[in-house]
Amino acid sequence: MSSDTDTSVTPADGGAPAAGAAHTAYLLGLGDDALIYSHRLSEWLTWAPMLEEDMALANISLDLIGQARSIYTYVGSIDGTDRGEDDLAYWRDERDFRNVHLVEQRRGDFGQEMARMLWFAAYHRALYAALSGSADAQLRAIAVKALKEVRYHFDHAAQWVVRLGDGTEESKARMQEALAWVAPYVAELFTDDAASVAAADAGVGVLPSSLQADASAAVAEVLREATLEAPADSRWHARGGREGVHSEPMGYLLAEMQHLPRSHPGATW
Amino acid sequence: MTEATQPLFEVFVRAKRGLSHVHVGSVHAPDATMAVRNARDLYTRRQEGVSIWVVEASDITASSPDEKDSFFDPAGDKVYRHPTFYTVPEDVEYL
Repeated sequence: MSSDTDTSVTPADGGAPAAGAAHTAYLLGLGDDALIYSHRLSEWLTWAPMLEEDMALANISLDLIGQARSIYTYVGSIDGTDRGEDDLAYWRDERDFRNVHLVEQRRGDFGQEMARMLWFAAYHRALYAALSGSADAQLRAIAVKALKEVRYHFDHAAQWVVRLGDGTEESKARMQEALAWVAPYVAELFTDDAASVAAADAGVGVLPSSLQADASAAVAEVLREATLEAPADSRWHARGGREGVHSEPMGYLLAEMQHLPRSHPGATW
Repeated sequence: MTEATQPLFEVFVRAKRGLSHVHVGSVHAPDATMAVRNARDLYTRRQEGVSIWVVEASDITASSPDEKDSFFDPAGDKVYRHPTFYTVPEDVEYL
């Protein structure tokens, strides 16, 4: 991990120093979370419980793609590799993706999706609020724009969790099961890794652990209104996503997401 | 999805300040709060609006097509009701 804590890399040709590896690794984590979750949400197209929800999930998915694109374009411009957004999305392999396990898990039922979205949006909302004060002007601009979007994502998930939790006997039972399904993946959102510690030290990023109180309180408030119980903490927790160690569904996700540009490099409409 | 759990709501969107809300379509939703959100996702994706109203379709009382003759035809020959004897100033956009 020593290379992760370098603050800058001076190119051999003596050009302008590229941004530090920890800085870009931190940014890639943010971008990969958004891209991978947007892909999972895009899988709901034509499968949502109703047409209106199909549109809502597609809108949220597109918001997240937009965030990923902004972050990737920025990373490619500062890491010295001159990669574009498509290079980063389609031409990296599984071990190079730094997203958390939560967002790569297979699509479950609608209740599971709303439980996942509730936690992820609660995290995202606290994250972008904090990054709105980042020392990195470009990241600050991205965060200010994204904050409005993820506030809506949280609201959308919260509305559904309340209605399903405080709905019928079956919807309440399934929403309760959904919260238990998502529980093992929550801790990883708030785990500090080497890149986030370095980014936070530099004033660029924030420590994920510093976001937990805010996000947990927001989720607890929704569960209270939904008359749901907070699930017992899981005996195991997902970990390793930020180091590129992923769970089994990730490879299948990437195969589907990346096969077109890899089979037809440079294809355009 | 049934009409009982997901009733129909009519959606009205105001395009900008100064204009009135205009009917744009309808959405299904479990309640009015969700209907506003569904309407936001369906009808304002391309910056079509700054304000949304929803009303449950069953709450609307409408004129009947059977009453068309007695309701609307009598207005047909009353030219004096039209403000055609005034000149509209050119810079009044939304009159």
